[in-house]
Amino acid sequence: MSVPFAVTRRQFLQTGGALVVGFSLAGSIGEALGQTVGAPKNFKLVDAWLAIDANGRVTVYSGHVELGTGVETALTQMVADELDVPFASVGIVQGDTLLTPDQGPTWGSLTIQVAGLQLRKAAACARRAMLALASAQLGAAPGDLQVANGAISRGRTRLTYAALTRRRALEVPFDEKVELKKAGAFRIVGKSIPRVDIPAKVTGEFTYMQDFKVRGMLHGRVVRPTAMKGTLESIDDSAARKIPGFFTTVVKGNFVGVVARTEWGAIKAMEAVECRWSDWSGLPPMDQVYETVKKTAVKQTITPMKEGDAAGVLASAAKRIDATYEYPVQTHGSIGPSCSIADVRHDRALIWSASQSTHWTQRQIAKMLGMNAEQVRIIYLEGAGCYGRNGHEDATADAAILSQAIGRPVRVQWMRQDEHGWDPKAPPYVADLQGALDATGNVLAWNFVTWLPFRIGGAVDVPLLAQDLVQGDVAIQTADNMNAGTMESDAKPPYTFPNVLSTVHKVATTPFRPSWLRSPGRMQNTYANECFMDELAAAAGADPVAFRLKHLQDTRGTECIDACIKAAGWQTRPSPNKQPGTGDVVTGRGFSYVFYDNARTYVSAVCDVEVNRKSGHVRATRFVVAHDCGLIVNPDGVKAQIEGGIIQTLSRTLIEEVKWDGSRVTSVDWASYPILAFDAVPKIEITLIDRPEKPAWGAGEPICSVVPSALSNAIFDATGARMRTAPYTPVRVQAALARL
Amino acid sequence: MKSFVLDVNGHTRSLKAEPETPLLYVLRDQLGLKGPRFGCGLGQCGACTVIIEGTATRSCITPVSTVHEKAVTTLEGLGSSRRPHRIQQAFIDSQAAQCGYCINGMIMTAKAFLDKNPRPTEDDVRRALARNLCRCGTHPRIVDAVMHAAKGA
Repeated sequence: MSVPFAVTRRQFLQTGGALVVGFSLAGSIGEALGQTVGAPKNFKLVDAWLAIDANGRVTVYSGHVELGTGVETALTQMVADELDVPFASVGIVQGDTLLTPDQGPTWGSLTIQVAGLQLRKAAACARRAMLALASAQLGAAPGDLQVANGAISRGRTRLTYAALTRRRALEVPFDEKVELKKAGAFRIVGKSIPRVDIPAKVTGEFTYMQDFKVRGMLHGRVVRPTAMKGTLESIDDSAARKIPGFFTTVVKGNFVGVVARTEWGAIKAMEAVECRWSDWSGLPPMDQVYETVKKTAVKQTITPMKEGDAAGVLASAAKRIDATYEYPVQTHGSIGPSCSIADVRHDRALIWSASQSTHWTQRQIAKMLGMNAEQVRIIYLEGAGCYGRNGHEDATADAAILSQAIGRPVRVQWMRQDEHGWDPKAPPYVADLQGALDATGNVLAWNFVTWLPFRIGGAVDVPLLAQDLVQGDVAIQTADNMNAGTMESDAKPPYTFPNVLSTVHKVATTPFRPSWLRSPGRMQNTYANECFMDELAAAAGADPVAFRLKHLQDTRGTECIDACIKAAGWQTRPSPNKQPGTGDVVTGRGFSYVFYDNARTYVSAVCDVEVNRKSGHVRATRFVVAHDCGLIVNPDGVKAQIEGGIIQTLSRTLIEEVKWDGSRVTSVDWASYPILAFDAVPKIEITLIDRPEKPAWGAGEPICSVVPSALSNAIFDATGARMRTAPYTPVRVQAALARL
Repeated sequence: MKSFVLDVNGHTRSLKAEPETPLLYVLRDQLGLKGPRFGCGLGQCGACTVIIEGTATRSCITPVSTVHEKAVTTLEGLGSSRRPHRIQQAFIDSQAAQCGYCINGMIMTAKAFLDKNPRPTEDDVRRALARNLCRCGTHPRIVDAVMHAAKGA
């Protein structure tokens, strides 16, 4: 198949009656299409967002991508419903920088809420335009026409969408204010449609990024410095050259890569290259990391909430409580290490990547290669789940540098130690809280302080590891380039107190290259807030839920809490549990609540635990959740996200912590950085609160934010010991018990 | 380079490779299979699992020289989306995948396990899958799927 270098929008239109470029860009079609570079599409017009071909098949162009959360299915439901076409007639092209709009990264549980809403609007505009055209042709008012299954009819006269599209019905402006379907009119939205990707994923037919191949492709691997900021002093690749299949070594600054004709050859060559790196040991000692964070230079201070005079009231309070909460540095832990293929020519680059933000990556790669963004095309292929900005973008940069150096397509597959050791990390978190209670057990004052990495504004991604290595400077954690996500979200409590001060210090550096990891900041802030709320309730001798409810002025939030405690069979009493059991193993229950981002999605959770007082081992036995994300597009999809969020965040809170020495990350495999296994998975019971008349809010991240606090509060209920530093390893739990 | 003969999913395959090459790369890069996946290269996560002569085996740490003239089954050898194996069908019915990257290992480990233990309890299934890692938190659905597959046998 031969496709010209530049294909104009009009040429595409002529090929199939519409601007249609295939659903699946994998395999040879993808390769051929990949040779095309075209003028940017005009997303002010509806036909840039979706196309309908001669057979009535609908292609949607989505800037947001499937990361394994099921959004491909949910977005398809939203478009099919809004457009009144069968679910099976819609396919989505995702993340291709040439074909899809820049809707920002696929992050923050915003795909349904924001990107999906845009797609719905595009579909509504298309439907409206076709209805107007049909109305004129049939000489009937739009209200007198029937719209169903991709056709508009009046009596026996029927006009298909395909026919209307041929008459350029979709070449109309994208109207942000277009009217959308209302509750009651949905046919596909609200149903648990099975995911479209699962049959291929369970049979080995699915093409992940890691499976993709292009003709003439070579295999690359990167040789990492022995110290994070070590510089290359010498290199000897004589042994690597003897490896069968060896092609070449590429050295640029501190970037050292090998290329071979076979994958195994590349791995062997990577291991055979002998580099001498300079010493560097600038990382803070692990056991002092939180003190280091607090002592870091502050670049900016913000106060997300300021009511009354918290400091004054706390200074003279009769009953005052102080607590500090700490949450560790963590890695994304994708099961499949990052992977990318780049084919960089002198005037253009064609790249396949599993980046969650292909449009941002396109700009970063172009800058790194010395090209304009238009000369770089990134085609999205799904990788292993990333849960935030993991190593996909860095593997993409590695492949681009190697390909540019040798003028051939290069596939870079990160090794396990690349992913664990060099992906950007969730930064260390610490928060200090102080609270005062009045004589009746109400919160008089609340003071919250945390220290978060300064976030450079605008659409700026985490810096590319390869670019920093090439430039000889891995000074990648300075205020000039940090983006760990909007971590200050949920720094203010969801409750009403007379005196509140919430302070966020944005610090100028952090020990590792920071990035967002599922529920960035919101989870840690909610951890601190909800554990502290529990400490205040205990100090007031109050039931933890009743104590929250009397400080909550939010009807929808109250309904969410009520639904949860009803489902959990919550017994009203203060913590700790007076009858936790008599043997080594004691039981307790903990509660937590969030209004995510202080703006969307309510979640309440009850966690039941067993704590072995002798061994310090903690086991969450049951999670009961009530979840209100407004309109639910796919109930089973939301449940899957809730289950996953609970299990992953339990894992993070119970056992996960990146380990390091002065020079580098030392937890570079699953033995040194384990994650939760099957035997530790709790029973999960979910109540979904569906509000079809409300906007669809995000699901996925919000549940994560309540898990650590629910768990910590449950451990307190069982034992009377407060766990304020995660992960709750047996050693830490034993220490907390010993302090009682 | 040495010559090896493998029975892969019922087909005889002849190939040349360095003897220490992990079976994973032979299956993926030389035989074009996508079921077995690279996860760690250390035998820790299970994403690369294949069945060799009836035993679930981590192909990332299995040199090709050790499987010469042996029978290897991969995920593709069980069934296809048109005709899924009952375990694959159970994973579809339970919607037991999120990113799906680990699922090859879950299904292949479950297959070898169920062949020897056709009537397991949920705890048996959890123990059988204890060394397979999933990062998305799909565990409850995976256990459901394996239990359903067992009941449907």
